[in-house]
Amino acid sequence: MIEEVFFISSENKQLRADGRAYDELRPIKIKAGVLKRADGSAYVEVGGNKILASVYGPRETYIRRLLKPNTGVIKVRYNMAPFSVDDRKRPGPDRRSNEISKIAADALRPALMLESFPRSMVDISIEIIEAEGGTRCAGITAAAVALADAGIPMRDIPVGCAAGKMNGDIVLDLSEKEDKEGQADVPIVILPRTGEITLLQADGKLTEEEFEEALDLAMEGCMRISKIQEEALKERYNVNG
Amino acid sequence: MNVVPEISKRSIVKLINNGKRADGRDFDQRREIVVEPNIITKAEGSAKVTLGDTQVIVGVKPSIGEPFADTPDVGVLMTNCEMLPMAAPEFEPGPPSPESIELARVVDRGIRESELVDLEKLCIEEGKKVWMLFIDLHVIDYDGNLFDCANIAVMAALLNTKLPTASIVDDELVLDEENLMDLPVRDKVALSTFVKIGNGMVLDPSLEEEEVLDARLSVGVTQNNSYISSMQKGGEVPLTRDEILDAVHTAIATKDEIFEYLE
Repeated sequence: MIEEVFFISSENKQLRADGRAYDELRPIKIKAGVLKRADGSAYVEVGGNKILASVYGPRETYIRRLLKPNTGVIKVRYNMAPFSVDDRKRPGPDRRSNEISKIAADALRPALMLESFPRSMVDISIEIIEAEGGTRCAGITAAAVALADAGIPMRDIPVGCAAGKMNGDIVLDLSEKEDKEGQADVPIVILPRTGEITLLQADGKLTEEEFEEALDLAMEGCMRISKIQEEALKERYNVNG
Repeated sequence: MNVVPEISKRSIVKLINNGKRADGRDFDQRREIVVEPNIITKAEGSAKVTLGDTQVIVGVKPSIGEPFADTPDVGVLMTNCEMLPMAAPEFEPGPPSPESIELARVVDRGIRESELVDLEKLCIEEGKKVWMLFIDLHVIDYDGNLFDCANIAVMAALLNTKLPTASIVDDELVLDEENLMDLPVRDKVALSTFVKIGNGMVLDPSLEEEEVLDARLSVGVTQNNSYISSMQKGGEVPLTRDEILDAVHTAIATKDEIFEYLE
């Protein structure tokens, strides 16, 4: 029943401002292992977004209050370069990046098997070199590849994507323009093997049906990006072909 | 404390005293340089530069502001540096460290004192409105010699910086985004950093060499007329007069190796 509704509404959807179909992702590129010093790293481009992620650890916890005697902990730092946006952003954390750092840690932690590393800490950096809408999802996607590149035991590789509402249609992977002009945005992060959702936010106005459609569409987008994450890791370790 | 440098120090010093470097380079040989200009669409000027495995990204963002009272008819240049925690295990987030402030200031001084950007051309209305250029340095991978890498990246970014034409019409500021002007760049500067280890001075130190350095010397040389436009000494050991003069001589003799990447 739900699938049918989904199908009918998709028939009537128009092409978007950048020529994409309602269920089309922006061009995406993922590369694992781009930094020498970091234990793991990744570079991701989604549309105009350019994002670097790095991982250090597991290593000795240098912030004592974070130490846990029975498991390892993670710390995420999401940061935007001053030149990543149209009007220069003042360097340093603001309320928005602090919030994203926190929810990114929550989104990644369920995939990590940190029980094997008590009293240790994993530092994850997500650096937005250029922003064009959807940086949190692309940033977490990048961080997940960097964690795998660092060789940290994982149950799954988290992956993020957003769906939203533009001109009344539910569409996948909002661009910056659609994010500004659209009526809603639902970014999610999932564990692709089980389909469990580890990050969910929403802003704007959606009916119950629209929300369900957006959630399904975003999950479909995540599954497609997950394949590209896998390819990047295989390429890094030459296991293709 | 990091004990590896203490252990590797003896072998590095011994090699240098025998006229060799751990990675096989000559004393006055730089690592490979890769310049990728214009990598950030949203920045008015940008570049990524790789020196060996050291990587720096620079973005230039302009804004319009009031000039300083003592220089009412010149534009403003501001250089800021972030040593990102992703660049090295020992870099921590937070306010700029003394090292990152020194790096930003040394690079800034090289650019400023060589009068490379014609700042007078960045004046829109004397005493009231001038272009302010924010140069943001992002260190993403630290494998030694951030000074030279950052300097090349800043140069490369300035060379592709484009500003809208600004004019004053009826006391109103008008920005013409259709007609972009190149930044008025009239010279270039090459920064060459040497470190003293044992009895030798080596150019473009690797991370391994930087960790055991006795002293460091950076020399900025302009493309036109080979003027020395900036210098900075670091490290706890003094340098002799001859060591300094030799470094200056090498910096001048090898400056074109850097400029050829900026054509």
